[in-house]
Amino acid sequence: MSLVFLIFIPILAALFIPLLFKRLGQIHTGWFVLLVPAALFLYYATRLPSVMEGGTYVSELSWIPSLDIAFVAYLDGLSLLFTLLITGIGALVVLYSIFYLDKHREQLHNFYVYLLIFMSAMLGVVQSDHLITLYLFWELTSISSFLLIAYWYTRDRSRFGALKSMMITVFGGLMMLGGFVLLSIMGGTYSIRELIAQAPELAQHDFFIWALVLVLLGAFTKSAQFPFYIWLPDAMEAPTPVSAYLHSATMVKAGIYLVARLTPVFALSEVWMWLVAGVGLFTMVWASFFALKQKDLKGILAFSTVSQLGLIMSLLGVGAAAYHVEGAADTYLKYAAFAAIFHLINHATFKGSLFMIAGIIDHETGTRDIRKLGGLMSLMPVSFTVALIGSLSMAGLPPFNGFLSKEMFLTAMLSLQEFNMFSMDVWWVLFPIIAWIGSVFTFIYSLYFVFHTFAGKHQPEELPKQAHEAPIGMLISPVFLAALVVLIFFIPNLIGDWLVKPAVAAIQPFLYDSPQNVDIHVSAWHGFNTELFMTLGIFAIGGLMFWTLRKWQHLYDVYPDSISLNRLYDEMMLLSYGGANRFSRIYMTGFIRSYLVYMFSFMTFIVLLTLFLNEAFQIDFSNLAPIGVYEIVILLALVGATLTILGSKSRLTAIIALGAVGYSVALLFVIFRAPDLALTQLVIETISVALFLLAFYHLPQISRKEERMKFRFGNALVALGVGVTMTLVALSAHSQKSLPSISEFYKETVYKEAGGGNIVNVILVDYRGFDTLFEIAVLGIAGIGIITMIRLRLTKKEGQHENK
Amino acid sequence: MEIVMSVAIGLLFMAAVYLMLSKSLIRIIIGTGLLSHGAHLLLLTMGGLGGTAPPVVADGVTVSDYADPLPQALILTAIVISFAVTSFFLVLAYRAYQELGTDNMELLRGTEDYE
Repeated sequence: MSLVFLIFIPILAALFIPLLFKRLGQIHTGWFVLLVPAALFLYYATRLPSVMEGGTYVSELSWIPSLDIAFVAYLDGLSLLFTLLITGIGALVVLYSIFYLDKHREQLHNFYVYLLIFMSAMLGVVQSDHLITLYLFWELTSISSFLLIAYWYTRDRSRFGALKSMMITVFGGLMMLGGFVLLSIMGGTYSIRELIAQAPELAQHDFFIWALVLVLLGAFTKSAQFPFYIWLPDAMEAPTPVSAYLHSATMVKAGIYLVARLTPVFALSEVWMWLVAGVGLFTMVWASFFALKQKDLKGILAFSTVSQLGLIMSLLGVGAAAYHVEGAADTYLKYAAFAAIFHLINHATFKGSLFMIAGIIDHETGTRDIRKLGGLMSLMPVSFTVALIGSLSMAGLPPFNGFLSKEMFLTAMLSLQEFNMFSMDVWWVLFPIIAWIGSVFTFIYSLYFVFHTFAGKHQPEELPKQAHEAPIGMLISPVFLAALVVLIFFIPNLIGDWLVKPAVAAIQPFLYDSPQNVDIHVSAWHGFNTELFMTLGIFAIGGLMFWTLRKWQHLYDVYPDSISLNRLYDEMMLLSYGGANRFSRIYMTGFIRSYLVYMFSFMTFIVLLTLFLNEAFQIDFSNLAPIGVYEIVILLALVGATLTILGSKSRLTAIIALGAVGYSVALLFVIFRAPDLALTQLVIETISVALFLLAFYHLPQISRKEERMKFRFGNALVALGVGVTMTLVALSAHSQKSLPSISEFYKETVYKEAGGGNIVNVILVDYRGFDTLFEIAVLGIAGIGIITMIRLRLTKKEGQHENK
Repeated sequence: MEIVMSVAIGLLFMAAVYLMLSKSLIRIIIGTGLLSHGAHLLLLTMGGLGGTAPPVVADGVTVSDYADPLPQALILTAIVISFAVTSFFLVLAYRAYQELGTDNMELLRGTEDYE
């Protein structure tokens, strides 16, 4: 099957979800949904052996050929890894959600439709080789994330969190689009592979640095890097399966993916390396520090996710250094990219299980407030075991996979001492130090999460529900992920060969031409080296600080909320709402008159400008019809009647004068040899006048004597402008014909083709039959509207003004 | 003739726009009526006012003698549509007056939410 169609399978499946929910409501809709990611996972897994060898797949579906826009599915090591994460974690999360969301109380059709849309979008992001469709899917993930966060839309916090995430990620997305457009201008192509092939030339271009910064803005907002991370903690209002899936395992890694994917394009730049590594590392230490301030279990996990994303981001930044060193494959610099991908996999496993546990605790005890929890160890032994495995892995302890990637992270940071460009020879020492501090806090919050929930004193009186272990179905997914956490520790090199090395080869194509050449062996023990001592230091200091946590945790409350980034966001939103409102109130006056003035003036301006710029105004004196006495007399009557309307005191006079204008026009039609028009105009005008009189003459309440219209200079000026413009247009249009008129064709063929003598009638019912059909439709719509208006009775009932 | 007609068309448009900018609902509707008259004459003039015979096939009339039938067909459509729109406007105004007791546009500003 064509790869590009597979991307759309979840979104197509989403079409059937409402039906399944309505018709087969007694079966939880999740069971049907589960089939989609599970089947996709199995299918994509069959591609693994050939991708391991360095094989790639391309499949293309043309979308807008004239703009050179196409859906291109490109499967290499990097995109296959993400694809397996999306479908694999997706299947586990759907399974978990079946037990998390009640089939009777929740609006499952909404939930699963959004989730499947997200799945398609995310597959599209990681498989697109085309920049524009990549952007399209990117924004689709933002939108589906918005819908999922706001799933419980009656809660204020949900809507606030949804809007915040949307604002920030879509802002980043738009910036990224700008970067993509610059890239395509520089490289003359939308294809990422072709851009990578011409990377050295691109680096010389003037736009290069702009494209780089704009693309990074997109990646940083999506992957919640400092200072854009503030949307992620608020996104925790989403149902927990969503948090586990979108806001920890997949969507927030889209930014990581983008940075990894575009590393070959941008890595030559010093700015790239400093920004990606610097922002990533700072995010890591900042978020791990503030994770300890959180009281909400999911809040802790949100900050921890931000921190871990920063860690992976910084590794990718350091990985760019390998581009600048001859024979980098033989130095320690090679570890950075490998560690990034390896940790990405590990993070998905342990953080996914931790989120599910947080959801279970919320579900079974009714609260996520860590101050109320404690002592759940004996009540929820399975959950505790899973949480312990996940947390210790996150903290970097053996025998869990987090230990391996944390060691490699430190190795990669230390490897910067081998790198002496970009003033790194002076500053490199900061990287391992900051990384170490961040790791210490990571250690503390990991223990904080698990022990303050499960150890300590049980406080049943604080909990809304009687705590007990979760049902077995809810535990399957987290237990499975926890098992993976342990398993990966023992078979790291198998995972390395299957998943990590193909991805690394895709990130660093100039270093390795096939995944087999990635010469990295993961081992839990590599002697007494600096990394080991750093790790031991983390355990010692971290353990000590966790021991004394209660003594210093209140120091976080000293930090004032008034200067936080969240506050900045709130202020900016208020300002932009208020500003936009004030600005639009300047011209949106609520008077139709004002709007008409804008329209008429603008139209006049545009038409006159066009006439002037194209030198289109001319008068042709040669081809004029002669001026006759009758015409002049009728025109004088017409003008006289028009002036009467303008000057009339009463409505009645105005209505009758309008009738006079209409009859003059009918007479003009007679003179200009248009008998059908004259007949129609006479009939219509008569009915119109009768209608006018009916409507206004027979309304007794309205006073027939009215003030004469006051002369208003502004209105007169606009009216004069329009009048003059129309005269000029009429003259120009008559004087020049760019193309021969189709009338000649009608005149010649009317009898032999259409068999009719009256050319106008034949045109209406035959040549332009559809016009007439729609004309009748308009007439019908107006008729329905009139009946509705007459029958409509706007009686004011009590209690109908909810919006007031 | 076309030049004289163009000036008359300009005048019709001018009067129409001036009326449409006024406060009274009935004047606005009269304005739209004048506007459609102006537009019809504009179509006719654009095609040229020549031609010595109505566009009906008859013996002894050569093709070049017919008045241009295309603008006439377009105008015929336009007349009917403008009638439909005008009558809808009228009923709308009539009902608005019945419900609200005024036809003054200044008072018909329905934007109290922003006040």
